[in-house]
Order: sequence, then C-alpha cells, then structure tokens
Amino acid sequence: MSLLRNYWLSAVAIVVSAVVFLVPFSFIILMAFKDKTQAQLLDFSWPQGMHLWTNIVEVVTTRNWMLLTAFINSTILTVASVTLVVIFSAMVGFVLQRRKTRFNGLIEFLILAGLMLPPAVVPTIWLLQGLGLFGKLHGLVLVEVAYSLPFSILLYRAFIATIPRDLDEAAIIDGARPFDVFFRIILPLLWPVTVTNIVVQSVAIFNDFTNPLYYLPGNANATVQLTLYNFQSQFSTSYNLLFTNIALITIPPLIVFLFFNRQIVAGMTAGAVKG
Amino acid sequence: MAVMTETAAAAPMAPTPKRRSPYPGWFFLPAAIIYGVLFLLPTFASLYFSLTRWTLFNSTFIGLDNFAQFLREPFLVKGLINTVLYAVITSGLKVVLGLMLAVLLTSQIAARGYLRSVVFFPVLVSTVGVGITFTILMHPTQGMINEALAMIGIKGPGWLVNPSLALFSVALVDVWKGVGLATVIYIAGIVAIPKDYYEAARIDGSTKFQSFLYVTLPLCRPATVTVILLSFIGGLRTFDLIWAMTRGGPGFASDTIASVIYKQYQAGFMASAPPATWCCSS
Repeated sequence: MSLLRNYWLSAVAIVVSAVVFLVPFSFIILMAFKDKTQAQLLDFSWPQGMHLWTNIVEVVTTRNWMLLTAFINSTILTVASVTLVVIFSAMVGFVLQRRKTRFNGLIEFLILAGLMLPPAVVPTIWLLQGLGLFGKLHGLVLVEVAYSLPFSILLYRAFIATIPRDLDEAAIIDGARPFDVFFRIILPLLWPVTVTNIVVQSVAIFNDFTNPLYYLPGNANATVQLTLYNFQSQFSTSYNLLFTNIALITIPPLIVFLFFNRQIVAGMTAGAVKG
Repeated sequence: MAVMTETAAAAPMAPTPKRRSPYPGWFFLPAAIIYGVLFLLPTFASLYFSLTRWTLFNSTFIGLDNFAQFLREPFLVKGLINTVLYAVITSGLKVVLGLMLAVLLTSQIAARGYLRSVVFFPVLVSTVGVGITFTILMHPTQGMINEALAMIGIKGPGWLVNPSLALFSVALVDVWKGVGLATVIYIAGIVAIPKDYYEAARIDGSTKFQSFLYVTLPLCRPATVTVILLSFIGGLRTFDLIWAMTRGGPGFASDTIASVIYKQYQAGFMASAPPATWCCSS
C-alpha cells in the first residue's frame, strides 16, 4: 500500500518537476539551436537544422569579442571577491565567536545592519570616485566584498561555535602563534561551510546585475550579465543569439555546482541552519 | 580586576598578563576597513543627507530641493507598498514550497537526486536570463503558458500586461528561481533532526502528518528563520528580475523602491537617491 503510494508520489513529482522546471530550460536550449527566422516565432518547437555553432560564433565575436572580455572580467571579479570574502569573514567569525568583549554587541549590530539596509548607491559612487576606484574592476571587487561580508560572517560564526575551544588551546600550548592557529588549524576545519559559502557567493556575484550596472559603467568593463542587456537591445529581433548568450553564461555556475553538488547540503547542515 | 585589560579578559587562560591573546583583534581589520569604508560610511552619509531635510528646513541646502521633488513623486508610496508586498509574497511562498519540497525529497521517493538537481538548477541561471525567458513565456497571446492553458480550455490572464497582476507574476518567477535554495536549507535542517524523535512519536501512535506537525516543523525552525531572513531581504532589494521583466510597468504597477531609485538615478537626480534609500529602509 505504502509502496504503491510512493510510486504514485514519485511519478507525480517527476511529471510536475518536468513541466515546471525542465520546460523553461529546454525552451532556452531549443532557442539557442534555431536560426533567426524560426527563433522569431518564439514558440516551443523543434529547431529546423542545427544552428548552435553559428549562433555561438556570432554571439562570441559580436562587438569586438565583447562576451570574451566580459567572461574574463566576471571570472576575475568572482574569484577575487569570493576569495577575499571567505578569508576575511572567516577571520572575523573566528575572533567574534571566541573572544567575548564589550564591543561584540556593537559589531553584531553593524553586521545585522549590513544584512537589512539596502546599500546607499549614490554616496558609494561619490566615495569610489574620490578614491579613484569608480569604474575599475578592483573597485567593484571591494564593493562586492563589502556587501557579501555580513551573511558570510554569520555563516562562519555559527559554524565556529561547533569547533571545540580545546583545539585552539592545544595548539597554543604547543607553541603555535595566533596566525598559525587560525590558518593551519581552524580554517581547514571550516571546509564544509566554506563550500556552501563559495557556492552561494560565487553564484550570486557571477549573476549580479545591479552592482556592475552602478559601479562599473562602460563597454570595456562589461560583466557577463550586462552583455545580456546589450544583446537584448542590439538584437531586439535576434532571439536565437540572445538565448545562446543566456545558455553560455549559465555554464560557469553550472560547473561550480557540479563540482560541489554533494557538499552543499553538508555545509548548510553544520552552519547556516543552526545560526 | 580594575586593571584587567580587554586582552586579558578575553584570554583568562593566559598564564602571564603579558601574553598576547590567541584571538588577535587585528583579524577584524581587513573586513572592518572594507565594510566600514564601502558600506557603513556611504550609509551614514545617506542618513545624514536624508536627515538634513528636517534640521535644515529653511537652509539653501541643495539636497532639499531634490528630496522634496522625490517625495512629491506619487509613485514612491506605490513603490514602497509593492516592495513590501513582493517581499512578503516571495518569502512566504518560498517557506511553504521549500518545506514541502524538502519533506518530499527527504522521504523514500524515487529519483531524489534528479529532483534535487532540477529544483536547485534555477538558482544557478542568471536572473536577467530567467527574466527574459519568462517575459517571452508569459506573453498574453503567443506565450507558451497561455497557449498551454488555452489547450485545456482556460483563458490565460495577461501575466505581465495586466497592471493588477504584473507584480505577482514577477514574484512567482522569483519563487521559481529561488525555491531551490530554500529547499536545500530545509533539507539540511530536516536531515539534522535525530531519527529517535520520529521513532518515539511513532511508538506513541502519531500519524505521519502529526509527526510532521509536532516534530519536523518545530525542529526546523532555525532553517525557517534562515529562509525567511534570506528571502525577505532579497525580496526587499529585488531589482534585476523586475527590471528585466517589466521595468516597473505597465505604467508604474510593478515599480519597487529599487527600480524607482534606478529610474531617478538614470534621469540624473543624483542627490534624491539617498533619501529614497532611507525611506524604504526605515
């Protein structure tokens, strides 16, 4: 009886998920295979002839290889920001959890403020201009780091609470400097939550559209999400190219996901959820 | 006690008062500098600008004109209501659907790996890309959704062109895209519940539904808090999806604070954006 019900439930779940999730994906993929005239119809149909390769070549070479530049920019942006966020927020989470001082309340308040308050865009632009960082890739890296820190710190602090203090004390008695205690003992133990953090933050930063729009204007500086926008206005009628572009820029997050798929839930179990 | 320094208080184990704390304060420094300069400073600056409205009422402060102009914008209130509505709808649906999916995916069901990957996949796709795709799928006459509905004899609504429906359509797409993350957080929460509780409940004669209601639900409260926190904050700040799908339209029906700010910014009212930011956050 229960077995039969399970089969029914599985069948229903698979059909519903196929309709709700797979159909939109296959729409994107099918559109990427079509030629211009057929894509124009915007319908859910089998492509007449395989035009994927010509579409890819055209998308990549358009506007002087802009997509390639954008891919390089986005990769640098994502890798640099995520690396800095992981190291800096783990350091803060570690000291914040271990050392109780009268400033902890204030620090926690400021972190929560960062989660809740929307970033003040215009003063940030003035500030970046003053520092000579406006419209520069490393300026945007620092902005993304600043905006990702609060969530990341909370994640780490919750996880570090589960690592026994005895470990630090043993290392200190053995003569480790504070620097070594953190980077050689604690940081490796944080791996599960680091994976979760890397996946969540890198997907968010790679797919970020708003911050590059505000802080990184100019074609030479385009990130992949902005190329999508340029394509949409430039090829207002070439939907095949637009969807080829969407499919292409989904590949890097997909690789990250396939890489860390099994470990995402583990980090969530240990860290975020017990916060 | 009176001479006990902050460092010594932090390391009561230290054998000599001269010994450095194993948890050095400079660990805060890199994060504090970046966060302080690029987030806190601009935020306080914008707070200052918005406060000058009340304290410098008769002054010739330039920001005043911009601020007044912004408040006279009748769509600001609309944008504020839309933003809150959007955040409530998306986070509510993500909690309910995410929990349901997580319970389903942790039960003895076939093809769990496939289902989990499929549900999580939209999280990875670019938000703007999802927005463009669904704008086409939700087209009132040629869109696939309405064509499918027409096939079973239902006349589909004008998802994005109907002013009273546009915001909800965008919110639905947001849920479609974000429910995967909520599901993963809930799966983690449910997996962490010890099996003993379910066993004890079963011995006491509880049905499956009762076990869910009295064991699963209370014990994954931390997961619920995380999901609500993340999706509510994300909902309040939403911009990408709305901009890609409706640009705040039709008319101003689906404008949120973020899109109003961007429109103002585009139009060149640089100084009016900080007050707007503060209106929506306080």
